[in-house]
Amino acid sequence: MNNLNIAKIESVDKPVGRKSSKWAATWREYRKSKYLFFMLIPVIAWYAIFHYGPLYGILLAFKDFSPRLGIMGSPWVGLDHFKFLFFQSPDFMRIFRNTVLISCYHIIFGFPAPIILALLLNELRLGWFKRIAQTISYLPHFFSWVVLSGIVIVMLSPSEGPVNFLLQLVGIEPIYFLADTDYFRSTLVGTGIWKEVGFGTIIYLAALSGIDPALYEAAVIDGANRIKQIWYITLPSILPVITILFILSLGGILNAGFDQIFNLYNPAVYEVADIIDTYVYRVGILGAQFGLTTAVGLFKNVIGIALVLSTNYVVKKMGQEGVL
Amino acid sequence: MKPTTGENIFQAVLIVFITLMCVAMIYPFVHIASISVSSPAEASRFGMHIYPKEVDFTAWKQVLDQKKIWIGFGNSVFRTVVGTFLTLVMMALCAYPLSRKYLPHRNVYTMIILFTMFFGGGIIPTYLLIRSLGLMNSVWVYIVPGLVPTFSMLVLRNFFMSIPAELEESAKIDGANDVRILLSIVLPLSKPVLATLALWSAVGHWNSWFDAMLYITDESKQVLQTFLRNIVITNTDAETLGRSAVANIRYEASIKAATIMFAVLPILVVYPFLQKYFVKGTMIGSLKG
Repeated sequence: MNNLNIAKIESVDKPVGRKSSKWAATWREYRKSKYLFFMLIPVIAWYAIFHYGPLYGILLAFKDFSPRLGIMGSPWVGLDHFKFLFFQSPDFMRIFRNTVLISCYHIIFGFPAPIILALLLNELRLGWFKRIAQTISYLPHFFSWVVLSGIVIVMLSPSEGPVNFLLQLVGIEPIYFLADTDYFRSTLVGTGIWKEVGFGTIIYLAALSGIDPALYEAAVIDGANRIKQIWYITLPSILPVITILFILSLGGILNAGFDQIFNLYNPAVYEVADIIDTYVYRVGILGAQFGLTTAVGLFKNVIGIALVLSTNYVVKKMGQEGVL
Repeated sequence: MKPTTGENIFQAVLIVFITLMCVAMIYPFVHIASISVSSPAEASRFGMHIYPKEVDFTAWKQVLDQKKIWIGFGNSVFRTVVGTFLTLVMMALCAYPLSRKYLPHRNVYTMIILFTMFFGGGIIPTYLLIRSLGLMNSVWVYIVPGLVPTFSMLVLRNFFMSIPAELEESAKIDGANDVRILLSIVLPLSKPVLATLALWSAVGHWNSWFDAMLYITDESKQVLQTFLRNIVITNTDAETLGRSAVANIRYEASIKAATIMFAVLPILVVYPFLQKYFVKGTMIGSLKG
């Protein structure tokens, strides 16, 4: 009924017996949805300024910036910044390596953690206990790395921290987790898991709750034990979710976690902890080397978009819905 | 089916393991809370701190006496409340037109917006833009550059698209225009999603510190997280840490703990009540349309 009426109303707007150009047709369409368009104007203007505006600044990657001359007036230097970075700079290889390594550690150790926790929570029979455990495990997710780093610094202190106190009880010498280059990356991974493991279970638990219980009943009748049930029913059922999240995490490999590292690192561990983002902040903003660090940022963005597009392509190839 | 002995043992082991994990999750908060109300001797004791053995509120008094802590608190509340409200308004203004199939050039606008999720200028060009816009040292720098979180906006758009078109069509026949439909049909139906997105935005604002560090040098406009950073992480706030007064210097550990708790408490207080909305929202966000 309604559809019929709509069709009639729309037919009134259509040009009747009058030749009209494409422009006129577009104009009419816009007039018809003028309120929608008015709503969109401030938003598009905002995107133009705050998302497309900075794209203009990318020119700096090819210029020798001087604040007096501005972005446009500064002299061109072509690819000099990139040549310096790739062939001469002692820093670039270090920050690139650190970024990729820390990301890989986060993926290798941090990615399976919520899956395992979700599987364990899923096996719990006590409903109220499961709910409370979930609520508690989400908690650290809601605090900033400023707060959490403040806590982590206290917890890992070699002289007062409870972690070293417990290590001492089992006869291990105090470890300088945040100042020892051998331990710093492990500390990043460990504290990263502490913050995100609980929250990461949400999506897996939802996938787990969608598994048909009849599958388990059939498996029990066939004599499958718990491990076999997990291996042959649970894991295959949530495999699509695992795959997508894994591929997405590969796409973000150049984001090694600025907030976390910036609040936990110190000059003693720059060698193993300095990543692209922290370098850009320190050298670019604090050191005012705008041209060079814009080039670093551009390099990161180009690799980043290539990674996202290719991982998205892979996800789609596998028959899953991509993010684009 | 009656649980077997093996099953009972398995459940018991599981409960013990999960309980240990929960302890690891909340012990750090308990530890910090306990130190914040401990006497200097107790606070510097090497060991576990589950409850304060010698209660001493000097550190809390020192922290709460700092005018700048309250300035930071005020600015954080301002950006959280005003920022979240304006973000919701802008997200609705963006998501609603994009969810309507009859918007001309809808795909063009969507692509313009989607592109920004994957490619941007980076931190230096953004910094220079903010500087040239004159937003340095203005509290609006907290709100305006992050006004439309694109991912959240797409979540809202997908929800708007899932509202049955019949509701809207009948309103159109009754003579309602798009503004009217948005205000009296679409938004009221979207309350649960809006609540979740508001929570995301509010937590994001409360926890933000990087923009304040980049753009704000004026202390009267700083946010709580910055003062927390100066006291706890960079150790640069000598005044609050009580280094000028000999009597207070022994309280440094407790003062740091009290400052952390001051930033933690607002979230801790609302967390149990709002937790379920966060979880629901994560599920909405994971469904793509």
